[in-house]
Amino acid sequence: MAKLSINGKTIEVAVEDDTPLLWVIREQIGLTGTKYGCGVAQCGACTVHIDGVATRSCSMPVSALTAGQKIVTIEGLSTDGNHPIQKAWIEHDVPQCGFCQSGMIMAAAALLQSNPKPSDADIAAEITNICRCGTYNRVKAAIKDVAAGGQMNRG
Amino acid sequence: MSLASVTDTKLSRRSLLKGSAAAAGAFSFGFAIPVTSEAQAQGAVPEINAWVVVHPDDKVVIRIARSEMGQGTLTGLAQLVAEELDCDWAKVTTEYPTPGQNLARNRVWGNFSTGGSRGVRESHEYVRKGGAAARMMLVQAAADGWKVPAAECSAIKGVITHKGSGRSIRYGEVAAAATKLQAPAPANVPLKDPKDWTIAGKPLKRLDTADKTTGKKIYGMDFTLPGMLNAAIKDCPVFGGKVKSFDAAKIKDMPGVKHVLPVGDSAIAVVADTWWRAKTALDALPITWDEGEHAKVSSESIAAWLKEGLDAPQAAVGNQNGDVKGAIANAARVIEQVYSYPFQNHACMEVMNATALYTPERCEVWTPTQNGEAALAAASEASGLPLAKCEAYKIDLGGGFGRRGAVHDWVRQVVAIAKQIPGTPVKLIWSREEDMLHGRFHPVTQCKLTGALDKDGNLTGLHLRISGQSIVAGIFPQNIQNGRDPAVFQGLNPPGPEASIGYTVPNLLIDHAMRNPHVPPGFWRGVNLNQNTIYLECFIDELAHAAGKDPLEFRRALMKNHPKHLAVLNAVAEKAGWGSKPPEGVYRGICQTMGFGSYVAAVAEVSVDAQGKLKIHKITAATDPGHAVNPAQIERQVEGSFVYGLSAALFGECTVKDGRMVEENFDTYPVVRMEDMPAVETIIVPSGGFWGGVGEPTIAVAAPAVLNAIFAATGKRVRNLPLKNTDLRKA
Repeated sequence: MAKLSINGKTIEVAVEDDTPLLWVIREQIGLTGTKYGCGVAQCGACTVHIDGVATRSCSMPVSALTAGQKIVTIEGLSTDGNHPIQKAWIEHDVPQCGFCQSGMIMAAAALLQSNPKPSDADIAAEITNICRCGTYNRVKAAIKDVAAGGQMNRG
Repeated sequence: MSLASVTDTKLSRRSLLKGSAAAAGAFSFGFAIPVTSEAQAQGAVPEINAWVVVHPDDKVVIRIARSEMGQGTLTGLAQLVAEELDCDWAKVTTEYPTPGQNLARNRVWGNFSTGGSRGVRESHEYVRKGGAAARMMLVQAAADGWKVPAAECSAIKGVITHKGSGRSIRYGEVAAAATKLQAPAPANVPLKDPKDWTIAGKPLKRLDTADKTTGKKIYGMDFTLPGMLNAAIKDCPVFGGKVKSFDAAKIKDMPGVKHVLPVGDSAIAVVADTWWRAKTALDALPITWDEGEHAKVSSESIAAWLKEGLDAPQAAVGNQNGDVKGAIANAARVIEQVYSYPFQNHACMEVMNATALYTPERCEVWTPTQNGEAALAAASEASGLPLAKCEAYKIDLGGGFGRRGAVHDWVRQVVAIAKQIPGTPVKLIWSREEDMLHGRFHPVTQCKLTGALDKDGNLTGLHLRISGQSIVAGIFPQNIQNGRDPAVFQGLNPPGPEASIGYTVPNLLIDHAMRNPHVPPGFWRGVNLNQNTIYLECFIDELAHAAGKDPLEFRRALMKNHPKHLAVLNAVAEKAGWGSKPPEGVYRGICQTMGFGSYVAAVAEVSVDAQGKLKIHKITAATDPGHAVNPAQIERQVEGSFVYGLSAALFGECTVKDGRMVEENFDTYPVVRMEDMPAVETIIVPSGGFWGGVGEPTIAVAAPAVLNAIFAATGKRVRNLPLKNTDLRKA
């Protein structure tokens, strides 16, 4: 049994202690926007925020979390897809197949939260998610657009 | 024989034989054929024809037969239909017909196969005619209502106007009447001149983006049915091996476990309430494998076998003119080098998965697939039920790249599992490790190139001997004729509309000694154009340097008879400033090729530091696809193709040891990430008059442009891929 705070709700789930957060989110809670890509924290498709920090949920056992830690998934990033990063993603028509994009968006949102004006080098160092379709240059352009507009600092 | 014709699916061939019109390759539009789709049977869908549904509120639903996997075909094909339909683009949505509906309607939607960059180029004519015929019927319905000749009426943005009276009416208002009209014969459906396009040819945004930014989009992995169980699977890691024994008792009491099931004679699945519990139990399951006859095969043993093929007397000829032996014997200088290209995994972000529900009466499958009809055929064969009692529902793919097209091994598996638990839906998800161990791998080849130069440095002869694996032999062996796989020669074919070589060499021989290891090959985005372009374009670069000539000028001298190849090469050279001095420490490489119906070229700009670290600054790419249906999406395909092509060139290698693949995840199978990504400048130069693909061709120019630039930077010639195995520090 684990008690978690996900997207503002406290939820109890009956799982084995070593169950990764990813699979709790997907299979117990039924939020499937967070993806399984590798299971070894390499690809970032499973990225969620834990207390605002981008975290690869596939390698985070649920027993390591407390109900006091605020977990946010792609479904909880904004009320109706209107987070500045999501809007920039639409504006730049970023996704191709889209499978990695939840993780990519969560990583980008966390980056801009901690570093509202990232350089190209910052973006390359922090956004290490894998996209096989090859959206990287548009991911970068969308992040820079949000940074330039300062939307992350506005209420 | 074209690549397309040797790569069609079993189902396609079988169903093509069903009707003589279809067998002739000219299936009917079926505008007036009886409608059998379930929704239509309920009378709820105002279907103008197979391609177009117009609702009373003017919402237009365009049916798309090809699969969307990120390449944007959904948007591009919809643009082509909407262009001829003259509807309001803002009111367009799309839907997939099912493979079962296609069969029931005499394949009215044509081929579902989405590979070989064929989505637009193979279907542009009939989907445009579908849109145009629907427009004609809507206009006729309006004209009938007004009792005026249809010729006096015209349509713009979904509104029909009568010239004489000025009356107008919306598509939605006449749709019901239009559905009752006789469809025009395809021969009587004229198409617009592409120069008059207002929807097609424009850089429109994709139709399918919003849900990809919110997590709402459902991929195959996310699909659920009430009462569904989840399955994890392990197939014998040695290709061709079998299960010897397993001890289900050891895991039957683990949390959530419902069933431990053999799948065929080579795999075991654990079925549980959740996938994580299924996988956890499977990892704990003792399995003993009978590894079979290939248990000792290694990359080294395969390489030795292929090396022998480089000089083997027996080889199938792909392209030949003049007397290459004589040219080499009489040359002032002979240059000879051997290149090699490894196995690679597609490594789609979404691992293989499918959901199945089997009863003795019916088998249904939901899966991401590049070919719904092949998925249906796999479901039918694995279930033992006839096609008419099966259905496959396509789900958009989290990457395909060829892995989800010709072979549907995961569909056969999930049906084999479902058949053992009739009435219970089950979703099979492969682990990443299973996906890496059981790919359908980019074929392994070596290539020996021998070039003859005269005393002035002109190329007088070229022999290109490929030794290695044939994809067609592995997947469609019935299409191998006299030991010859025509697809092996992609990019090296004689002059023609598909994958032709861009050079005229007075004495030329290109041949292939087939050597098929036990590793199953597959169509991997770019297919054989990838390695062939590396072989030819890097060697041409070697010859240019040996002749003391500029690589661009050396190429141009051989390309006088190949104006389309030359045009993209010139376009990219001009844009990249070939011949001007690059910034300090930056070096350029150039190359060109032709495949999937399109002409492409690239210039890469790289630097290599004292530690041998490569930085790819920029790639400038030119592509001539004949007609450009959506330039914005073509740009994305070109950029994306470089991620795929550079991942392959820099890192991509699956190593064979003890008969199985060594690399099991992205920690040992690295791919290009943001930090590796160069700037990309795409030049689209559509010259008209033909329809080429865009998803694959530019992949092939990524690696040779970079490798040629690395030579310019370091003097090191990288002939064995991937690059990670070569130390680029200056000697």
